[in-house]
Amino acid sequence: MKLLNHTLLYLSASLVFILSIWAVVFYFSMMEEVYDSIDDGLENYKMLIIKKASRDSLLLTKSRFDESNYAIRPIDREFALRATEQFKDTSMYMEYEEDYEIMRMLTTYFSTPQAQYYELKIITSMVEGDDLVADLLHALLWLYVAVIASAFIINNWVLRKIWRPFYQLQHELRGFKLGEDKTFNPPQTKVTEFEDMNNTVAELLKANIAVFQQQKQFIENASHELQTPLAIAINKLELLLEQTQGKEAQVQLLANAIQYLERMTRLNKSLLLLSKIENRQFSKEETVDFNERLRRQADDFEELLHYRNIQLDWIDNAKLQGRFNADLADVLITNLLKNAIVHNYDGGWITVTVGKDEFEIANTGRPQPLDTDKMFTRFYRSADQSSSTGLGLAVVKAIAQHYQAEVGYRYVDGLHRLYFRLPHLM
Amino acid sequence: MKLLIIEDEQGLRDNVTQFLQKEQYTVEAAADFHSAMEKIALYDYDCILLDVGLPDGNGLNLLRALKSKQKRDNVIIISAKDSLDDKLEGLNLGADDYLTKPFHLAELNARIKAVLRRKALDGGNVVKLNNMELDFNGRTLCIDGVTIHLNRKEFDILAFFVVNKNRLIYKSALAEHVWGDHMDNADNFDFIYSQIKNLRKKLKDHGANLEIQAIYGVGYKLTV
Repeated sequence: MKLLNHTLLYLSASLVFILSIWAVVFYFSMMEEVYDSIDDGLENYKMLIIKKASRDSLLLTKSRFDESNYAIRPIDREFALRATEQFKDTSMYMEYEEDYEIMRMLTTYFSTPQAQYYELKIITSMVEGDDLVADLLHALLWLYVAVIASAFIINNWVLRKIWRPFYQLQHELRGFKLGEDKTFNPPQTKVTEFEDMNNTVAELLKANIAVFQQQKQFIENASHELQTPLAIAINKLELLLEQTQGKEAQVQLLANAIQYLERMTRLNKSLLLLSKIENRQFSKEETVDFNERLRRQADDFEELLHYRNIQLDWIDNAKLQGRFNADLADVLITNLLKNAIVHNYDGGWITVTVGKDEFEIANTGRPQPLDTDKMFTRFYRSADQSSSTGLGLAVVKAIAQHYQAEVGYRYVDGLHRLYFRLPHLM
Repeated sequence: MKLLIIEDEQGLRDNVTQFLQKEQYTVEAAADFHSAMEKIALYDYDCILLDVGLPDGNGLNLLRALKSKQKRDNVIIISAKDSLDDKLEGLNLGADDYLTKPFHLAELNARIKAVLRRKALDGGNVVKLNNMELDFNGRTLCIDGVTIHLNRKEFDILAFFVVNKNRLIYKSALAEHVWGDHMDNADNFDFIYSQIKNLRKKLKDHGANLEIQAIYGVGYKLTV
């Protein structure tokens, strides 16, 4: 549910409650006021009648209400002295309404100078309670509808306007991706809360970007720093190897140690390469002819292919060219070719197909498809390849991402097919 | 031949010094920017191995100073950074070669020899070994005056052995030199053996007075 409707929901629920309480309080306070003023009127009337009666004794004989609103009847002195003045609600037949209606009646007692005691009843018409309640409910209902309607309109119109910076921020954040060069621009706003939020988000992102950069930098620095000790260790072993000639077991051990250090070197170099690709340090581009470059790189593998008796076939369906960094193109191609050789069996074959906007390298190999979710992740390697770095295809993936190209895998007809598709814009 | 190694890491300095002394070079070493600056100002060297990442100054500035003094010392840059920009900058400043750490000592040796060969004014760029002549410009091999056809890789292998004669060449050093560093031991270097076998046969057929020995499956050695 949108924020807008949330406000409205809470508003309408609380308004029902508030308006109901208000209606009850309003009803009782209004009734009190009505009684007060009616009773005051009756009191006033009483005094006027008593005053008039003292001058005009004819009044004292008016024992029925009839057309007027008072009646007087003589009473005993004892009763008069004991009785107290009282207001009460009563009902009376109204000619106009043709019904009994609630009336307010004052019953009081007075004496004339002749020591005669009288009871005086004065009536006046009352507000009709049930009608009032009905009217009040009616009015309340309209008020409620009016308030909700206006709240809805105000919400839609004003709040939408006020919340605009928020939606802008949301839009900006949705488009933001850590590791991309895009800078984050918080939307301009005069609302303090949004300004605070924008600043907080901007700060947070700045800190995150800094951490991310540091982390990337760390991998690069760490790899760099490792190169020198690795170099020293390998070289020392090489020197020792020369001095150890003639002792086969020792030579084997040393060679083995060098082999592992070299593996570490390759790991290190691949990590460095990954960082560099991700840090976009390969900006120089030229038009790369993939048909030609694939053949040239394959040439380097000629002896290895021959040794392993793997047949390499070419299908050039089209000329494939694109703006590419030449070094990255070489890395991409060697990694894919090497992959096709390493995961092949002796006597197998490889087919390189070059199309208009993609090239595909298909190879024979283990008769199961690879795990497409994992094969491009770092340090993933199949169980039989303990000496590979597990970074080759991760590098390929990073290069693809760098150029917004597509790299994918299919297992069709017992062939592992890896294709690399250039984006159309290239 | 007089060489200077400018390198702040003592381990690397010692390795290179020890290795190169065996090649009958006079090797001097400088551990930092300032002592290197002094040595460069005072003496001439045939080849300078320059680590660009010195703690007290950029090695490239040493190269600039060297070139501004019109010195003809050859320079091979050694860097932990495998960065094309650095490489280009170094080469543009007049360095003769660029080597990335870690490297095999045999590779360093081949690079130094190549630089020194190019420098030698009598040029020709030919290395003679017994009854064998290796022409690096024409990339040809002559044995007893007869030219023998070698393909690109065979020539590279032989050249690598020749400059590192009487040394044990570790298999991966040879693979890296000839096939580039993407050829790693995930592929198992057995395929090199068939290459060496072919080369050996060619040398033997033409009566070359040298031998490439396999050393316990670890590497090879050219004995003269």
